[in-house]
Order: sequence, then C-alpha cells, then structure tokens
Amino acid sequence: MSVTVRTFDAVIVGAGGAGLRAAIQLSESGFKTAVLTKVFPTRSHTVAAQGGVAASLGNSEEDHWHWHMYDTVKGSDWLGDQDAIEFMCRKANECVIELEHYGMPFDRTDAGKIYQRPFGGHMSNFGEKPVRRSCAAADRTGHAMLHAMYQRNVKANTQFFVEWMALDLVRDAEGEVLGVTAMDMETGEIVVFHAKATIFATGGAGRIFHSSTNAFINTGDGLGMAARAGIPLEDMEFWQFHPTGVAGAGVLITEGVRGEGGILRNGQGERFMERYAPNAKDLASRDVVSRAMVTEINEGRGCGPNKDFVLLDITHLEPATIMKRLPGIREIAIQFAGVDPIKEPIPVVPTCHYQMGGIPTNYHGQVVVPQGDAKAAVVPGFYAAGECACASVHGANRLGTNSLLDLLVFGKSAGETAVEELKKSAKAHKPLPQGEIDRALARVNRLDTQTTGADVHETRIAMQRAMQNHCGVFRFADKLKEGVGKILEVEQQVRNTVIRDKSKVFNTARVEALELENLIEVAVATMISAEARKESRGAHVRDDATDTPEHPDGRDDAHWLKHTLWYKEGNRLDYKPVTLTPLSVDTIALKKRAY
Amino acid sequence: MDEQRRARRERLRWHCRRALLELDIVFERFWRSAGELSEDDEVVLADLLAMEDHELWYLVSGQTETDDPRAKGMVERLRQA
Ligand SMILES: Cc1cc2nc3c(=O)[nH]c(=O)nc-3n(C[C@H](O)[C@H](O)[C@H](O)COP(=O)(O)OP(=O)(O)OC[C@H]3O[C@@H](n4cnc5c(N)ncnc54)[C@H](O)[C@@H]3O)c2cc1C
Repeated sequence: MSVTVRTFDAVIVGAGGAGLRAAIQLSESGFKTAVLTKVFPTRSHTVAAQGGVAASLGNSEEDHWHWHMYDTVKGSDWLGDQDAIEFMCRKANECVIELEHYGMPFDRTDAGKIYQRPFGGHMSNFGEKPVRRSCAAADRTGHAMLHAMYQRNVKANTQFFVEWMALDLVRDAEGEVLGVTAMDMETGEIVVFHAKATIFATGGAGRIFHSSTNAFINTGDGLGMAARAGIPLEDMEFWQFHPTGVAGAGVLITEGVRGEGGILRNGQGERFMERYAPNAKDLASRDVVSRAMVTEINEGRGCGPNKDFVLLDITHLEPATIMKRLPGIREIAIQFAGVDPIKEPIPVVPTCHYQMGGIPTNYHGQVVVPQGDAKAAVVPGFYAAGECACASVHGANRLGTNSLLDLLVFGKSAGETAVEELKKSAKAHKPLPQGEIDRALARVNRLDTQTTGADVHETRIAMQRAMQNHCGVFRFADKLKEGVGKILEVEQQVRNTVIRDKSKVFNTARVEALELENLIEVAVATMISAEARKESRGAHVRDDATDTPEHPDGRDDAHWLKHTLWYKEGNRLDYKPVTLTPLSVDTIALKKRAY
Repeated sequence: MDEQRRARRERLRWHCRRALLELDIVFERFWRSAGELSEDDEVVLADLLAMEDHELWYLVSGQTETDDPRAKGMVERLRQA
C-alpha cells in the first residue's frame, strides 16, 4: 500500500518539556522541524509538575554543581552514569537562565533573582545539610515552562502536528532511523514523516501500574516503538513510587501534607512510621515511607474492608491551617476519596510516579545500543530525551526536581547534536524501506479487520493488576516469577484485542488499542528486568536481598553494578557497565546510600 | 448517530485527555454516566475543554465558580460525576 510521505530535516515525537526544548534548538538553527503530539502541546503531562526544577544557582545560599552532582549520584544509588550526571548538573544554570530569557515567570527574591527552595535529597557540601536548589513558578512550574517554550517555538516556525499519533519507527537495513509512521487522528490517515533526525520525547509509561499518579496520556509510546524496532530498553525495573497517592484513584497528595504535620496511621490507628524511622518518622524519604506502608498492609495492618490502604491523618490540624497551607488537598480528598480531611483521614497507598529507565542514550541525546564489542554504539539518526530516555542520570532512583532539569538539558543536547549531524549530512534523504512502513500499517489493519477478541479496557486492567500485584513497591522472588508468566499471558491478549468502532475519523477506541500495544511492551520489559535483578537498589527492593554487612541495604555491587538492557525479541536480557568516570572531576566513590 | 455527530463526540472525548490526572478521572466518570448529550451540551463542554487544565480543575472541584450561565449546568454535572 502506498502512503503519503512528508519530508523534514527533523521530526520530534512529543511536545512536552523535552520535545519543545529540542525543537527550539533545531528550528532556531534553520532546520525544517516537525513536532508530532497526541494532545495540544501545553496539555502534555509536564503541566502537572509543581515542585520545581533543580539548578545550583546559589541565589539563596552557597551552592555548587559538584554538590548537585554528588546528590544525584547518591540518589541514583550509584546506578547513574557519572559522565551524564556531571554534564546535567554543570549545564543546569545555563538551561534555567535560558528559560528565564524565554519568558518563564520564576518566583523571585526581593533582590529580583530567581527564588530557590529546598527539596528532598538536595544538599550542600557533599551531603551535609539541605540546600535551596529548586526554582519554581508558584505551583505551576511545568505549566509555565511549556508555555514559555511553546511561544518560542511558534516564533521559530516549528511545524506542529497536533492530534497526530506516531505509530512506529522507520529503520533501514543498516539500522539507521529515517523517521516515523504516524496517524492523523482527525482523519485516520497514515503518513510517513521522513527525516534525517528523529527525536523521541514521548514521556513516561506510568499507566502500566494500577495505581499511578500519571495522567492517562502516559502510555510509553516511544518505548513501544523503539522496542518493536529492535532497540533495547534500559533499567526498566526502576520505578519511583510516591507514598501518598489517593487509594483507588492515584491522585498525588503532596509531601507538603506530611510537612505540615500529617500523620500516617495503620488499621489499628497506630502512627507506624515511629517504628520504621524513629527520627524522621512520616517525613522519611519516599522509598522508606512507601516500603513501611506496604509492610503494614502485607502484615494485615491495613485499613478498609480489604485492609489494602493506610490513612493519612490531618484531622488534628486546625481547619484554617488546612485551608491556608494545604490549598487544594481538601478538594482532592473529597472528590477522589469521598472524605473531608478536616473530619476524616484520607486513604492512601504508595503509587507509581516516575520511570527511571527508558530508551538508552548518551549525554549527547543520541540513542546508543550494543553492537559487536561496543556496548554503546550510536544509532544513526535517532535521539531521545526526557522521561522516555535513559541517559542515565536517575539510575535506580530519581531526586525530585531533577526530571524537569533532565528534559531541559537533554532536550537541548539532543537538539544540538542533531543540528551538528544535520550540518554534516548528505543533501538527499535516504530511501524509505517499504517493509518497515508496512509494519505499522499491519498493526492498524489488524484492528480494523478483527471482529472478535479481547476487550481493550479489560486487558489494560489485567496488565495493570499484574504489574501492581507482582512488581510493586516491594518485590518477592516467587511473585516476580509468577508475574512473568502472568504478564506474558496478558501480552498474548493484547495481540488479540478487538475494537467495535471501525470508523476512520477520530476513533478514540483505536487510539487506546494502539496505546495498549505500547504499554504492554513496557510492562513486559519491567517485569522481566525486575525478576532478573537479584539485588535491592534504589527503587528496586526485593525481600530476598536484605540488609547485610556484606550487602548494605541488599545492594550487591560485585554482581549488579550494571545497567539492564531488555530486548523485545525473545525477551532477551543483556547488561552494560555503569559509567563511573565523570567528565572532569574524580569518581564519586561507591558507598552505602544513607540520609 | 450520523457520522459527523459521532466524530464530533469522539473529538470531545479525546479533548478530555488532560495533563492532570484529576481531570482525567472526572471525565472518565462523566462519560460513564453522561447519558445523552444534546448539541447544546456539546458546545458548552467544548468551551470548558478549551480552558487551561488548572483553571478547569479549580472550577470542577468547586474552588472557583463560572459566571457563564450556560456553563453552570455542565459544571454541576461534572462535579456530580
Ligand atoms: C504529578 C506529577 C508531578 C511532578 N512534579 C515534578 C516536579 O515538580 N519536578 C520535576 O522535576 N519533575 C516532576 N514530575 C516528573 C516530570 O513532570 C516528568 O518527568 C516530565 O514532565 C516529563 O516530560 P517529557 O517532556 O519527557 O514528557 P511529557 O511532558 O509527558 O510529554 C510527552 C509528549 O509526548 C507526546 N506523545 C506521546 N506519545 C506520542 C505518540 N505516539 N505520538 C505523538 N505524540 C506522542 C505527548 O502528546 C506529549 O506531548 C512530576 C510528575 C508527576 C506525575
């Protein structure tokens, strides 16, 4: 079948923070750039980010990129690549100031500088005491960031394709990426975007879990497309869980609630955090609190008829304090938990929040894969940035405010590298391989013709439950093994889904079925990578890898200080070493991660 | 339902994909219980969906109110969803 081909210098999939930042770089260099997005750019999930973006500007107190680097390496539980981490922390100030020049309305100090506040895990002087490093625009940081960058792109003549869904990568026999196939949701038409540079900035896949703080749009499309094109996914076992998502809904209750005196209680009304973290109690770090909550639930001390959540209690706070210092929390509790937190505690569970792994890249934003003896050979023409990519700066655990920084720094870096490569490249585009285009057409064609099969909604729920029950906050060897079997069963179901609505024009059922085909790739990668990693590290915690003198916190550097690479074909796993050598400073030596 | 009407409805549904999970859940519940939407309802809903996510959430969660008398009924339906 012949399809329309549109030709660009660069095609960027995704118009969140990472995609918009990369597009600025290309368009302002005069390259013809297309940005594809499923939703209007300023409705991308980056809008949800409130906490801020990290940069060691030192506006409120002394700070240094080297201290930021130390915190990030430690936060990553030493799985982050130290070259990429140094690069990100050194570039942070430049990128944040650039954003200010784009018109980002940062909060200001009396002296007119960007105001900075403290955020968990960010310290001064190599872990000594908390430092003010987060730059925010009220509680709308992500939103303001997208608006500023969108305007800048409009000025630079970036061509936006809104409500277009990319379906698959186009990769030729030499492995070079030549663009994507994509569907115009308005008409159902499938078009090839032929480009010399293809940048993925499709965001995370947090919807693989039943309980998630992520909006419905986070379906991991970029990861699915990469996996189907033979690109491995890196470190997919590492997912950050936020301790307080509203039970059943997932909506995030900010850490600020515990900061204002909120207390976690089990089914017996006990303030259980006193047993797990006698000093920090309810304010201990995210992973510590999440694990304590799951232990309470697993040992039968949860709340509710199924004893499957705990309670976040603020009933002892003055109503005026709640209204003034925790705006919006009451509305969230009423709307999603059906309780007024002034009178009753809020049911909460640890909830999937952030994907540390993704498409493997180097710090130039280029996608890299093992090839022959090389563990990180560049895939020509292919770049990735933001939550869909794994540079890897977050390693086994991300620090808050570092992901907005990640998308600024690596969005820009991917754009810059693409510009350099485009300047060097031949005038003509390489010919398109028809077989690759047919791959996407076949997937859509199956949905258009299949008349019986599995329900999309039910299959998605089955996947989410399998992930939640078998690969959650706390992981057990037998549950993981069982989980692998379960998720592979669900994968078969996904191959056999059916949609009733066969119309071409604005068919959301078809979009959701295609999204599920991406989610399942991520779910399978996660379960298989997690089952295989026999240690505990950062966000990956197994009950059979516990704290011993030889392996503090269950971390086993002798065997597992390495990145996982999962390949779709045959569910094969490979590993590659962690880069421990930074660009200019000494290695931050391995030690136990303690706060 | 004719094809044009169906497409319009589907577009509205897609515009309910938001940046905030709060709104995604509200709209998911809304569509499950919405029943018939008149053409007027569709116009009002389309206007609401053109709002920025945070403003829309404040409205739907009762932290702000709308001055537009046409929108009040739809906002109430979303709040009840
Ligand atoms: C509730 C919440 C609060 C957060 N707060 C913070 C914070 O304070 N600080 C911080 O640093 N981080 C925070 N994070 C994390 C951070 O917001 C995200 O990691 C980051 O915004 C991801 O940006 P992105 O550009 O990679 O992707 P996104 O902003 O998710 O954008 C993805 C883009 O890809 C497009 N897309 C996806 N698939 C396709 C396809 N198939 N075809 C076409 N287009 C496609 C989408 O339309 C969208 O435009 C928070 C996360 C959550 C959930």
